[in-house]
Amino acid sequence: MKYLMLVCVDPDLPDEEAPGSPDIEEWVRDTDAKGIRLIGNRTRPGSDATTVRVRNGEVLLTDGPYAETKDLIAGFDVLECADLDEAVEVAARHTMAWNGVIELRPFWVDGDDD
Amino acid sequence: MGDEAMSDEVTRGETARSKTAHSETARELIAEIYADGWSRIVATMIRFTGGNWDLAEECAQDAFTQALRRWPAEGVPRQPLAWLTTAARNRAIDHMRRTSTEAAKLRQLAAMETDPPNSPSPSYTSDSEIPDERLELMFTCCHPALNLDAQVALTLRALAGLSTADIARAFLVTERTMGQRLFRAKQKVAHAVIPFRVPPAHLLPDRLPGVLHVLYLLYNEGYSDQQHKARLGVEAIRLARVLAALMPDEPEAQGLLALMLLQDARRPSRIDADGELVTLEEQDRSLWDSARIDEGTAVLERALRRGRAGAFQIQAAIAACHATAPSFTTTDWAQIVGLYDELEKVTPSALVELNRAVALSMAQGAETALPIVEEITASGRLDGYYLLHATRADLLRKLGRDAEAAESLQAALELAPTEAEQRLLTTRLSHRPPSG
Repeated sequence: MKYLMLVCVDPDLPDEEAPGSPDIEEWVRDTDAKGIRLIGNRTRPGSDATTVRVRNGEVLLTDGPYAETKDLIAGFDVLECADLDEAVEVAARHTMAWNGVIELRPFWVDGDDD
Repeated sequence: MGDEAMSDEVTRGETARSKTAHSETARELIAEIYADGWSRIVATMIRFTGGNWDLAEECAQDAFTQALRRWPAEGVPRQPLAWLTTAARNRAIDHMRRTSTEAAKLRQLAAMETDPPNSPSPSYTSDSEIPDERLELMFTCCHPALNLDAQVALTLRALAGLSTADIARAFLVTERTMGQRLFRAKQKVAHAVIPFRVPPAHLLPDRLPGVLHVLYLLYNEGYSDQQHKARLGVEAIRLARVLAALMPDEPEAQGLLALMLLQDARRPSRIDADGELVTLEEQDRSLWDSARIDEGTAVLERALRRGRAGAFQIQAAIAACHATAPSFTTTDWAQIVGLYDELEKVTPSALVELNRAVALSMAQGAETALPIVEEITASGRLDGYYLLHATRADLLRKLGRDAEAAESLQAALELAPTEAEQRLLTTRLSHRPPSG
């Protein structure tokens, strides 16, 4: 099962890193070696984002992030895991689970109903 | 596997008993296995179908239906649980063959067919620390990726075999709403691939709130239908004892056990010789089980000493106030009001507000309590709940506002879930001179 792992900052947390936070390089090495992490990267902040909408056939661009996501998204990874328990275990070892918040979204699978 | 194998087993299980005795025994046995084995078969089927809860339940149900049709005529198979499991599995395989999206899962099944075909019961091995299989399955069901209500509803449906209507009543929502909630929960289980796996010991505390609520609602289900479901109450207390022993450092687990014991102590006086419900006010307190009250009070005191009072401990404390009061009028209502204040802080809900209002009416009079009940009524939060209207009727009558009281009583009667409750309302509220 594939999960999109949205890596987000938590504005309510203090700036300093939580004690005992895991190392991100090690997380990447480990999940890559196990074939769990298919792709992933940090993303530039919302000030570098462009929002795209097509309305009445016209492409409308906005400088900046979609209002709802603001500056929350800091990066993403795509995980291939046996089930949600494994995905949770992998996410919990990511430094941003300690210093931010991680959302796991299962991929839509062909044949899924709404 | 397949029908031939099952008929073979049936033949081998044939005895010389007469046909009528036979069919009688078969039906009793099926009822017994249903109570004991339902959760085990559903759990086996959830694993077998790769997490398709709907299909698991449907196949388990179908297996019991087949048994009801065949066992009375053909005899009880030698290994009834294995027969039912095989029937359920065959049904699942049929279904998956028909559904193309399930084809991939069917291929996985081939790999799982390693159980010996004639194993006496569904294969179930686990090295977890939970000393009771049914409790272990409840912890397995209550996955924290589901919200608490969803955990509880799913567990009651899948493992305890409660109907959607029963669960809806326990949550004070309509059957339609509960049906949608169950549907959404099962969808999330399927889409997010939430595994049906016994959690390791260090994850049990995360799942404890769900399991506690499941046990309490099971207990209530048994309590409210003594005639048909008494067994659920007995089982819930047994499991609460196992849980309290398993997690001695969790005061809420002790609190739940205390609450059940204190409530159960009053059970003998709840129904009179004619089978009618008796209100707390009119119950014969000499019938109360003093051993249970002592045990419940002792368990509660030990729990409260840990200084982490949660909802179950507070409710147990309220039950203790009732259980140790010499009479209805001399009950320490002021203390009960205070305890409801605490409960409201921990788990705010309209139901808690209503119960607090009832206690307040006893402590300070109907005129103090009525505005609270009016506020709840106006908000519509407990609109479908008959006791809201019954309470309002009671307070209005005490204040001499008979016409309005009669209206509320009518609303309560229309919503009362059973005839016994309707009769109780009629006798209690309509033939009573205004007082207070």
